[in-house]
Amino acid sequence: MSNCFSNLKFKNGVKDGLPIGLGYFPVAFAFGVQASILGVPILISLLISMTNLTSAGQLAGLTIVATMGSFIEIIATQLVINSRYFLMSTMLSQKTDDSFTFKHRLLTSTFITDEIFAIAVSKPNNISKNYFYGLALLPYIGWALGTLFGATAGNLLPQSVVYALGIALYAMFIAIIIPPSTKNLGVLFAVLLSAGISCLFYYLPILKSVSSGFAIIISAILSAGVIAYFFPVKKEERDNA
Amino acid sequence: MLKMVGLVLAMALVTYIIRVIPMAFIRKKIKSPYINNLLYYVPYTVLSAMTFPYIFYSTGNFYTALIGTVVALVSSICKRSLIVVAILACVAVFVGGIIL
Repeated sequence: MSNCFSNLKFKNGVKDGLPIGLGYFPVAFAFGVQASILGVPILISLLISMTNLTSAGQLAGLTIVATMGSFIEIIATQLVINSRYFLMSTMLSQKTDDSFTFKHRLLTSTFITDEIFAIAVSKPNNISKNYFYGLALLPYIGWALGTLFGATAGNLLPQSVVYALGIALYAMFIAIIIPPSTKNLGVLFAVLLSAGISCLFYYLPILKSVSSGFAIIISAILSAGVIAYFFPVKKEERDNA
Repeated sequence: MLKMVGLVLAMALVTYIIRVIPMAFIRKKIKSPYINNLLYYVPYTVLSAMTFPYIFYSTGNFYTALIGTVVALVSSICKRSLIVVAILACVAVFVGGIIL
């Protein structure tokens, strides 16, 4: 830590970023298809992906954009759904070396995602700005290209195929939440409770009138709040999340 | 169209502010264990609330979506990767659409 400059270079970052970029492509593709199903123009989908770089937040935002919802709703939705980046950014800020000047802190923040964060904090030493830019490069390209291809495919492919692709993004979400649910009782209950509350908002008479963005926020915060009380997380588990 | 772009930019700005404040301005740890616990669970609860019940209406047909959901759940429990789970669910919906 004394000289505070790490030896990881741009190309080390690019190498570490390759699997993330490859993983992002299909998720972004599914997002692009979803956008086309909702009737969002291709360029708008691309703009969303290139300025947001976040899967869950983008999908929630997409519905609001497609239905021309309110600014309050989109701001509140993003605040809650993306609140985890606050925590990740906090942890990442402890992990950066002296090459991260203020200017570069402003720029690198754009690229903090779950996966980029996970790789960056797993490095044994502090990371340099060049490493971080390298790390973010391919995920960013994969995310943008995947969206472009998905949105285009959604407009070109036959309807039966597009409808089948419509489930892709949700299937991926299931693939993200199920494995930790089978290992961690807290996560399992959190996931079940949240799904339950979300369904209540969808089906019950009065709750039904709450728009989907707010319904998701309330379900997520309420269930995480309750489960956080009954199932406190050990510090090591949090750091490995 | 203009409002659409405005909504997208509002969304991007909020997302950016959440990322940039700790990184560039605070640079401290969150001390409250309860808030840390809550934030640990939020990604899972958000994805869960976004998936259910919306997945059932993602294919334009409740029954094909139900088949796809079951396939996604089972293949996730069998620890298939993200992309494999997605492909299996899509194929199940497509085949279900032909049969039903």
